[in-house]
Amino acid sequence: MPWDREQMAARAAQELEDGTYVNLGIGIPTLVPNYIPEGVNVTLQSENGMLGMGPFPYEGEADPDLINAGKQTITELPHTSYFDSATSFGMIRGGKIAMAILGAMEVAENGDLANWMIPGKLVKGMGGAMDLVAGVQRVVVVMDHQNKAGESKLLKACTLPLTGTGVVNRIITNLGVLDVVEGGLKIVELAEGVTEEQLREATEATIL
Amino acid sequence: MKKVYGSATEALDGLLHDGMLIAAGGFGLCGIPELLLQAIKESGVKDLTFASNNAGVDDFGIGILLQTRQVRKMMSSYVGENAEFMRQYLSGELELEFNPQGTLAERMRAGGAGIAGFYTKTGYGTQIGEGKEVKDFDGENYILERGIFADLSIVKAWKADTTGNCIFRKTARNFNPPAAMCGKVCVMEVEEIVEPGELDPDQIHLPGVYVHRLIQGEHEKRIEKLTTRPAA
Repeated sequence: MPWDREQMAARAAQELEDGTYVNLGIGIPTLVPNYIPEGVNVTLQSENGMLGMGPFPYEGEADPDLINAGKQTITELPHTSYFDSATSFGMIRGGKIAMAILGAMEVAENGDLANWMIPGKLVKGMGGAMDLVAGVQRVVVVMDHQNKAGESKLLKACTLPLTGTGVVNRIITNLGVLDVVEGGLKIVELAEGVTEEQLREATEATIL
Repeated sequence: MKKVYGSATEALDGLLHDGMLIAAGGFGLCGIPELLLQAIKESGVKDLTFASNNAGVDDFGIGILLQTRQVRKMMSSYVGENAEFMRQYLSGELELEFNPQGTLAERMRAGGAGIAGFYTKTGYGTQIGEGKEVKDFDGENYILERGIFADLSIVKAWKADTTGNCIFRKTARNFNPPAAMCGKVCVMEVEEIVEPGELDPDQIHLPGVYVHRLIQGEHEKRIEKLTTRPAA
């Protein structure tokens, strides 16, 4: 059985290293905090100007001045700090954030990432995604291996407008975990019950 | 010099003209200068360009100026929450210049700091980099982005003293300091104006040198996506 969304989030949480500062994107990455391993302390950055993002507030306790990058109401923690948007992206661009865990539409075998726009469809904007992939030390993508039409989202070259070039380090899909290495993708791990043949069959990108 | 004005309309008197570039603070609906936006709507000024991370929602924030067709162009990173925006953009009535969020913030900060341009890795090799100068620094490619020099800044803070020294609250700070910095004139709205000496000088987030006109008012502070968890 391939992994479901929760299992993909749980696998992504294994990537977190104790004592680091991490930015989580929207979609499956928002589930990752539920699976942070025992003994691992990470500080979550919200790019609208906060380090130390806490959980959603209890009913009746939401503060309109306290939201995350997805515009949801959140809470602060004892070690929280606030800052302006220029400072926030200074720490992102400056490589102070150890890791970003992001969703994606397409990833190419050279690490190119497309996750912000589909031409001809509604254009919403890249938000902070281009800054994140250009600046953080390590980019981990969490996404389904194939789209709804059954086509590989791991490609030889992206077809959609790029978010960044050569920026992805690791890809976690419902079929397994792959690293971007010289010459293509390398299988790190298979989801339980998924064979290497199945994963190769479902992938357009070069697998070494 | 008197900085405190009686209303948003009074504070904007003589500052508005058609076709101007306005830098606005706020992220989503959090920390937006809602009173000044309402006064700009009532002024009828048009053909505006806004440098603002978002475009509000249909009936709040910059959205109210889209409904009245007062905006010609947006410089933003994300506009996904506004159906009227999409309608005007897709029909060609509204111009849109996408900026990566950090690039937009830094363009404002740079403009306010007298920096005409800077090189960043963000957007290199993407649509955002097309037509921009590329420069190799130590083997890595960077693109040239320009500072933003706005005609007017409109921002919102939590508390200010009468000289404009101010403090923001939680994530409502966001784009407000860089937006305040990059305008020739900055008008700020706050929830409370206090006397000099009532704010700790060591805790000022933005010094009054950046703030030219100031108003106090009642804020709706609308929540865009109320998200809660059940009581424990």
